[in-house]
Amino acid sequence: MRTKNFSVKKEIIENTKVSSDCYRMTFESKEIAGQARPGQFLHIRCTESYDPLLRRPISVYSIENNIIEILYKVIGRGTGLLSKKTSGDTIDVLGPLGSGFDYQLVSNCQLPILVGGGIGIAPLYFLAQRLVEQCSNVTVLIGADTKRSILCIDELEKLDCKVKVSTDDGSFGLHGTVVDLLRKELNSKLKVFVCGPVPMLKQVNQLVSKYNVSSQVSLERQMACGVGACMGCAIKTQKLKLKRQNSKGKTQNYKRVCKDGPVFDIKEIVWEEM
Amino acid sequence: MSKLSLGVDIAGIKMKNPIMTASGTFGYGLEYSQLIDIKKFGAIVAKTITLEPRIGNPQPRIVEVAGGMLNSIGLQNPGAKVFIEEKLPKLKGYRVPIIANISGSKEAEFVKLADLLKDIGLSGLEINISCPNVERAGLFAQDANLTYQLVKKVRKVTGLPLIVKLTPNVTDITLIARAAEDAGADAVSLINTLIGMSIDVQTKKPKLANVIGGLSGPAVKPVALRMVYEASKKVSIPVIGMGGIMTSDDAIEFLLAGASAVAIGTANFVNPNTCSEIIDGIKKYMEDNRFNKISDITGKLK
Repeated sequence: MRTKNFSVKKEIIENTKVSSDCYRMTFESKEIAGQARPGQFLHIRCTESYDPLLRRPISVYSIENNIIEILYKVIGRGTGLLSKKTSGDTIDVLGPLGSGFDYQLVSNCQLPILVGGGIGIAPLYFLAQRLVEQCSNVTVLIGADTKRSILCIDELEKLDCKVKVSTDDGSFGLHGTVVDLLRKELNSKLKVFVCGPVPMLKQVNQLVSKYNVSSQVSLERQMACGVGACMGCAIKTQKLKLKRQNSKGKTQNYKRVCKDGPVFDIKEIVWEEM
Repeated sequence: MSKLSLGVDIAGIKMKNPIMTASGTFGYGLEYSQLIDIKKFGAIVAKTITLEPRIGNPQPRIVEVAGGMLNSIGLQNPGAKVFIEEKLPKLKGYRVPIIANISGSKEAEFVKLADLLKDIGLSGLEINISCPNVERAGLFAQDANLTYQLVKKVRKVTGLPLIVKLTPNVTDITLIARAAEDAGADAVSLINTLIGMSIDVQTKKPKLANVIGGLSGPAVKPVALRMVYEASKKVSIPVIGMGGIMTSDDAIEFLLAGASAVAIGTANFVNPNTCSEIIDGIKKYMEDNRFNKISDITGKLK
């Protein structure tokens, strides 16, 4: 499904710190709100200057009444500059971009389960907002390193999602990872939606492939254009048009995270190359 | 006083303004169709195509550096057949001159491609003999003799306006520009990217999988400007200037240095409105200076 995308400059309503290194920013955009689907992202310019030069791809966290919200982690200078912006400043946004999650459920036969590691919860909250409209049984698994960095529990519970949490240090919820949480939940009826750091995604892939559970993954990559033109964010995927035999005899190709993704079927990714 | 016009004629390619897209930064035009009014460009230069599809280089392929970016895409493209059958018909719908860009690792590939593309409604052909990310394809433009031989052979098979894209990774770009002109090129375009690298000090590994890549963006502009200035003094064919152009002042600098047209590359990634903003800025500059044509600016460096 194709969506329209826009280049807009909007006034920031709010830009608030929500954990030691994460922020939530809101702005109003009727254009983007009318088009965006869960899993899509916005390409945001963090500074008017040329350093850093490129935009930052950040997923849509929430849309309510034309108010767009992003939840982002400060990683480097670009997101650092973004975090310094305040209410009334202007934000330069392209979007919504990329493919979204395919979240149509086969009624009653499929149970959605959302698996978010760290800041990977951001696109999943928007997905949960839309899933609860068609399903009363949405489970969200949240993984964090420690209690203080857990995001979105209250918000997800307000949506009536069943929320389970793991922390690496055991300070809240299960002492372990979000993959440990998922292992306990697995059954063939699940439809899994996952976003998080690559090592976690690899473990989720191993787990779900063992049980052959339908799974979609949202990936993050450094991008230049964000619209599919430059091929900078292309990743290796299985069995596509342009064919080249690899050593295992499978056919592989590159797909663009920005345009063909950022959401992919988990089986499509060549995980050993990620 | 005659009416102000931004129109230029580059080797027979009639453009309503001197702003082109730089190959490789604009895909096949379609990716940007919702964000940019493509009809505003003077001409579209499509991403490089090769005879056969290329899957490109491993990841990571891009890395941001101060004032610019390094890329090692490796000419990922769907090949000539897909370009001709699928991409070009859609591009033509924009009614803007379309210039194809071709590359290859052997002379014969360029010749065959030029032949395939000669009668399909293109407005021009740019040959990329300067890609730093593909073995051997970059070598042509580092050697005046190889450039001359290649351009001469391509010239024989195509009647399209022929643009030769040059690399800055040479000691004296004017020698290569002259070789292209002598072999029958109708224009030269410069610069392609400067080769560079970046290292992650934590992992002690290069940030690009390909180790080295091409530097573009505002960081390269002074180098590009100097080369356009030098080359345009040594050739009589038009020079298309590019390298880090972000604003109308940047574009005007290139025109003053001797460029007859300019191309926008990396700036498209940063600000999709760059083309419109540059057109407006040039128009204002012309009004302020009582110029009524682009040639009033080209090469008028004092």
